[in-house]
Amino acid sequence: MPKKKLRSVGIIDYDAGNLFSVEHACKSVGVSPIIISHPEDIRQADALILPGVGAFGDAMKNLHKLDLVHPLREFVASGKPFMGICLGMQLLFSRSEEFGEHEGLNLIDGDVLKFPSFNASRQKNRIPQIGWNQITCSSQAGHSWRHTPLEQIANGEFMYFIHSFYAKPRNSENVLAVTEFGGLNYCSAVIKENIFATQFHPEKSAVEGIKIYRYWASRIIDNIED
Amino acid sequence: MGTKVSYRRKSRVRKLNMLSKRIIARLDIKGPNLVKGIHLEGLRVLGKPELFARCYYQAGADEMMYVDIVASLYNRNSLHDIVTRTAKEIFIPLTVAGGIRTLDDIRDVLRAGADKVSLNTAAIKRPEIIKEASRKFGSSTIVVTIEAIKQPDGRYFAYTDNGRQFTGIEVLPWAAMVEELGAGEIVITSVDREGTGLGFDIELTKMIADAVSIPVIAHGGAGRLEDVKSAINEGNADGVAIASMLHYDLINKNGITGITGDYKKEGNIEFLKSGRSFSKINTATLPEIKQYLCNENVFCRCNLRAIGPNA
Repeated sequence: MPKKKLRSVGIIDYDAGNLFSVEHACKSVGVSPIIISHPEDIRQADALILPGVGAFGDAMKNLHKLDLVHPLREFVASGKPFMGICLGMQLLFSRSEEFGEHEGLNLIDGDVLKFPSFNASRQKNRIPQIGWNQITCSSQAGHSWRHTPLEQIANGEFMYFIHSFYAKPRNSENVLAVTEFGGLNYCSAVIKENIFATQFHPEKSAVEGIKIYRYWASRIIDNIED
Repeated sequence: MGTKVSYRRKSRVRKLNMLSKRIIARLDIKGPNLVKGIHLEGLRVLGKPELFARCYYQAGADEMMYVDIVASLYNRNSLHDIVTRTAKEIFIPLTVAGGIRTLDDIRDVLRAGADKVSLNTAAIKRPEIIKEASRKFGSSTIVVTIEAIKQPDGRYFAYTDNGRQFTGIEVLPWAAMVEELGAGEIVITSVDREGTGLGFDIELTKMIADAVSIPVIAHGGAGRLEDVKSAINEGNADGVAIASMLHYDLINKNGITGITGDYKKEGNIEFLKSGRSFSKINTATLPEIKQYLCNENVFCRCNLRAIGPNA
């Protein structure tokens, strides 16, 4: 059996949170990622992960400061596998209302909004949402999880979330999974061509979350064999 | 001596698709060892924290909390190696507390592999650190632990250094301030109940949970399955932190050598050598706790596929 050689998977370090667990989740499925923060490294990567914890505005500021915005857009346009996690998913959208209006990477049409303080029956929502919530297949868009990184995941599986803002794609066909919080059904995973992104943290979602990494990694291996 | 739990699957209608209540395995750590005390004092050595953590991960813990229980007193931060070893193999959130004083300390612990940090002493001494840290690392990364002791007049006051140091700060306004400054979560510890197995302080938990709009974790006193349910249903907690019930269950079921590992002869190992169990605690595994909660219609991540050696 020929040895499968992985191409380089880059995790973008832009001073927005913890890369440790993303790195080790990759390693646990046989991928040795490299931590990158230079435009040139993005151009040379074969697959990219954009993680992120923290504030939208600061994160975009850092991406601009490191001169990564244009290389990121170029990378996504190239069709190579791209995964966004948590804030790394929100940054893909057009704009966010987090602490004032901020422009995002505008790779997926839509907005990032704050969870409402109260639900419909005037009960307070505890924000941030922290903990395990369920992801369900977005039936509205007629999606199935087949041939997506969620293929191995049961409809209604629990994943770990920690966030105060949520993304609202303009096109429902980008919605891969939905989750309910505070009386709101919101988008918890998106897909658009080579972009796959989750609001939850697969690397913090135990065995089920690691399956998502394994699937994503297997697609990278497949690409190389093509 | 585990609590008897019926494993019949009740086919109750489970409300789908909402945030579940968290069961957090709390591990107090002193030097290289997992320890457990009563009222946060009188620490007994129980074994290697990584071994317990691995069991809890496989058994379906929703989160892990590591507390460097002596760091506030001796000004040391020896937890990083243990945190790193844990985070490499355990893919659930890990909160680290104890002896974290500065923004640099927070960054170091996060780099070591923690997902969240919890502050107590540092936040009491200089509350602005909550604001600075939540701006820098994100609100959701910054947890504040409040160690509460009920006074003879019925009021609750915040303490530091494992309930030894009186601060003169009342718990309720402090919790409101902690939220205002940007913390993402509060762990409310009843020092009075901690390690006793007498149940969570429901009055205290409810007081804090009702006053703030950020998640609140009840800690201190879990001794029976019913205690966990009350903290959630009556105390309005979003999650519970449990130590003794889980630790003593593992020790009882696996024996001293089976779980404690090659523990260093540091600290109080008399308990381990004696082979006694701890009578006030009705021990339970994580699947037992979760199955019980599911049967009682408390919504939790009851993933029966994730069953490991702790089951």
